[in-house]
Formats: sequence, C-alpha cells, structure tokens
Amino acid sequence: MTTRPARGYWIGFAVVLAVLVLAPLVLPEFWRRFVTEILIWGLLAMSLDILIGYTGMVSFGHSAFFGLGMYGAAAALLTVRPPNLWLAILYGLVGAGAVAVFVAYFSTRLRDIYFAITTLVFSQIFYVIIFTWTEVTGGENGLGFSQPAFAIPGVVSARFTPVTLHWFVLAVVTVSYLGLRRITQSPFGMVLQSIRENEPRTRAIGYHVERYKIVAVMLSGLFAGLAGVLYALQNKFAAPDFVFFLVSGEVVVFNVMGGMGTLVGPVAGAAFFFLLRELFSRFFTEYYLIPVGIIFTLMVIFVPQGLLGFLRRRLNQ
Amino acid sequence: MTIPFDLLLIQVINGIVTGMILALVASGLTLIFGIMDVVNFAHGELFMLGAYLGSTVFLTTGNFWVALAAAATGIGLLGAVIQTTTLRPLLGRDPLTTILATFGLSLVLQNYALWQYGPVPRKINEPITGHFSLFYLEYPWYRLLVAVLSAAIIGGLWLFMKYGKYGIWIRATTQDRVMAAAMGIPVPLVHTVVFAIGAAMAAASGVLFGPLTGVNHAMGLDFILRAFIVVVVGGMGNLGGSILAAIFLSLLEAFASIWVSPAQAVIVSFVVLILTLLFRPTGLFVPTPK
Repeated sequence: MTTRPARGYWIGFAVVLAVLVLAPLVLPEFWRRFVTEILIWGLLAMSLDILIGYTGMVSFGHSAFFGLGMYGAAAALLTVRPPNLWLAILYGLVGAGAVAVFVAYFSTRLRDIYFAITTLVFSQIFYVIIFTWTEVTGGENGLGFSQPAFAIPGVVSARFTPVTLHWFVLAVVTVSYLGLRRITQSPFGMVLQSIRENEPRTRAIGYHVERYKIVAVMLSGLFAGLAGVLYALQNKFAAPDFVFFLVSGEVVVFNVMGGMGTLVGPVAGAAFFFLLRELFSRFFTEYYLIPVGIIFTLMVIFVPQGLLGFLRRRLNQ
Repeated sequence: MTIPFDLLLIQVINGIVTGMILALVASGLTLIFGIMDVVNFAHGELFMLGAYLGSTVFLTTGNFWVALAAAATGIGLLGAVIQTTTLRPLLGRDPLTTILATFGLSLVLQNYALWQYGPVPRKINEPITGHFSLFYLEYPWYRLLVAVLSAAIIGGLWLFMKYGKYGIWIRATTQDRVMAAAMGIPVPLVHTVVFAIGAAMAAASGVLFGPLTGVNHAMGLDFILRAFIVVVVGGMGNLGGSILAAIFLSLLEAFASIWVSPAQAVIVSFVVLILTLLFRPTGLFVPTPK
C-alpha cells in the first residue's frame, strides 16, 4: 500500500490525530469537554454508518444500544467494588451486544421503512422498560456513579483528569475507527456494500444476506454500546433520556449532515451539529433546534451526500 | 384473579374512545403514505400544533366548534405549504429521505411550539360537560362524542374517496401515478391536497383530544409512535386496516392497563407490532396479497 492516495490518507490521519491529542492541552475547559463529547457522539455516529452508509439500512433505534452501553457501565460501577474501568467496558459491551442480538434477529427480516420503524419501536421498548423499572434502573432520575480509575494491574493506576480522559476517549475512538475501517474494506464489508447496491443479486451470487445483515447490526450495536460506555464514564451518570428515540434521530442527523458511507463523515457531522448548536444557542437559547432542524431539512433536500460528499465532489471538479 | 365485569366494560369504552382518536391520526398518516410513499414523521407535530391552534382560537372566541374548524383549516394550509416546500423536491427519491426530511421538520415544529406557547400545558374546555353514570363512575358524554365525531370525520373521508370526483383522482394517483398523470389528473396538486387533508385530520384529532389531557408541546411524540404502530399493523397505506388496528391496539392497551401502569401497557402494542412484522408484514387487517 504505497500508492499516492493511501500515503495522503495516512498523512491526513496523522495530522488530525495530532491535533486531537494536543487539543485538550491548549483549549479552555469548556471547549475541551466539547471536543471529547464530539468524539463520543462521533463514535456512535460511525457505528450507525456501518448500517446506513455501508449496508443501506436506516436504523432509528441506535439509542437502545447506546443506552444499554451506559446502563451496562453503570451496573459494573455500582455493583463491583472497587469500580473497575475494564469491567465497566465489558458490562457495557455485553449489555449492548445482548440487545443487538435480539434486535438484529427480528429487524433484519425487514427492509427499508419497515426496518427503520422496527428499530425505532425496539428502542422505545427498552426506553419504556428502563423508564418504568425504577428499582433497578432508577427510573426517570437515572443512575449516578463515580468515575473509575484508569488501572492496568501491576503497571499503572491513576485517577482520570479531564485531559487524560480525553486521551483515553481519543484512543478508544481511534482504535474503533481503524477497526471499522478495516471491516468496511474487508471481504465482509464488500458483501455489505453489495447488499446496499443490489440485494437480490447478492443473494443470487450465493451470499447468505440475512446472516450478513444480522452480523452488521450486531457489530454496529457493539460500537454504539462502546460509545455509551464512554459517555457514561465522562458524565458519571446514566439516564433514560439517552434511550429515547430522539437521540437515535440525532445520530441519523449526524450521518446525513456529515456524509453517509465515509466513516469520517459522521464524526464531522457530529462536530458540525454541535458547533451549530453552540452557535444558535447564543441567539435562540434552548430553542436552537429550530434553526438546526431547518438547516438539516435543507441539507436533506439539497445536499443529500452530506458535507464530506459535497466537499469531495467540489475538489474533484 | 377474576376481573369485575364493570371494570372490563369501562376499559372497553375507554379503549374505543382513544382508539377512534388514534384512528383519526393514523388514517391521515396512512393516506399520505399510500398516495405518495411519504412516511410523515412530522404528523405528531401537526396533531400537537392543531391542538395549540385550537386552544388559541378557543381562548378568543370561546366556541369549541369554531376552534375545531379553524385548527383543521389552519393546519391543513400549513400542511400544503410543507408539502410544496419540503416534500415535492423529494418526489421520486428513496422514501427513506422523506423520513429524514419530516424528522427535521418535526424537530423544528416541536421546538417552535415550545418557544411560542411555553412549557405550561394548556386546557381546552369541553363543549358539553354532562356526565352519565356508568357503574361507580361519572362518565363524561364528551368522550363518547369524541368517538362519534372521529367516526364521522373518517366516514366523511371514506365517502369523499369513494364517490367524490377528487376522491377518485386521489385513488387513481395511488394506483398508478404515471397513468393518472397521462389521463390528465394534476398529480402534484393531488399530492399537495392529500397532505393537506392528512394534516387537517391530525389537527382535528388534536383539538378533540385536547380537553381529555390538556395541550403540551410533547403530546405529538407519544401519538406519532402509536400512529406508526397502527399504520404498520393495519397495513401501510390501507385506510380500513388502520382504523381496525387503532381500535384493536387501544382495546388491548386498555385491558393491559387493568394490571400494569398505562406507561407499561404500551409494550403490548410494541409486541403486537413485532409479531405482525414477523408473521404478516403486509398488515393484520388486509386480505392476503395474491
């Protein structure tokens, strides 16, 4: 892989990574937190991109995986003494993975709008369960817990500071990104893309389409759960609001704004969304979704390929 | 555990009343989907804005019926504007893009309502305040009136679709868009009018529903989900199926709420939806496609 575009890609990757590593050292408190949040939401958006951009299935239920990741982490941090970071990640992944298996099994039998509605309904089922099962989940108030220390047994044990937490999140997101990128370029990823392009033909060639779709939803759910764990670690709480379907909708918004099927696009979309939110919060206070919603709707009509797709087309001209 | 008969009967009536309102919302949604392949995520917001517009008109005129008519007309016009500006450019694209566009709209409309009307719920007074005694309850006549009115509106729509000239245009467009256009039917206009009718029906149900629980900016969210479920269970684009499904699901939820809280009773609808999608994805109340 010594071709020109590949080298250009890795240089760009290194530059962006270096900027993100250095960012918390120079940014003030508010913006440091802002960048960390974008990375977490970006990971969630990337996980959805596997479905929307690569397999052509629009999921409106990613909040379920994200939320189960949060509550899984909460379960580990509240029940195991002393709180263990790796156990929190494990519990979160198990929670999100279990839900993903369940959702994938049922929803992948359906296509297009039906898939979107089924995933939406599944996420609402989990929302209702979490919202009403107060004894276990804390109901409307959610669960609060303390941050675990970053510990590798026998090597290091240190409490998280905002800067080291940012680096930890960055490391997890970067590794996830490289993993997802590898997956999309693997033969498996190629099959997913061929399902997007022409499902009957993929089936006719002899691929077991349903099995590929189930694995795609599960993979996507696992990464979404990982994002949920990171969010729980950063904010030290888990709340039912994050399982509500509006969160899923926002993640779809990130994907459409940034550009589907690019992996980087959804992260850019998340950054764009949060920057718009900051900008319009100045003028519209909590009603920032009015202008942001208008911009999003206009983008669906006029820039359906998203910011990144738009830029790419411009550069190629 | 045995269930007392009176409790069962009360829940049947409750289920039918909410089922009729839901049927009114869902029939607009299914009409819009059946004719232009648009999944209208903003339908719940049209329902909510209709209730707000109704409450505003009600505050100034004091007449419930004027409020009902004004809300239906106003939101119908808003629907026409939304269709021409947002959905017409998306015609012929993947139906999924219409979900995205209308989701964006629903965010805008919902936050607009919060901004314009504030977070405090509003109240619309019932036009008739009488009660009749039903076992140990004083059951308001208004609830029954709601069911009858909803049925009347849906019946009116059905007659219009069956016998009206424009109704025939609409059905022709549903069956074959290209052929209808070739026969001289102004298809873009038909789309706009259908969206306006669907929006007006959502607004009317919002006003009818207003006196039962009060009007707030989040009432659309709850209804849009249930309307989606109804539309899928009844068969996308199938008017009769939607109405039956609305009543069926509301009855099930009403029975379930004898044992569990209403918030948990929703799960029954979810389960019915999933079973429908697994075993009969074309809808429960439609003849098997050949």
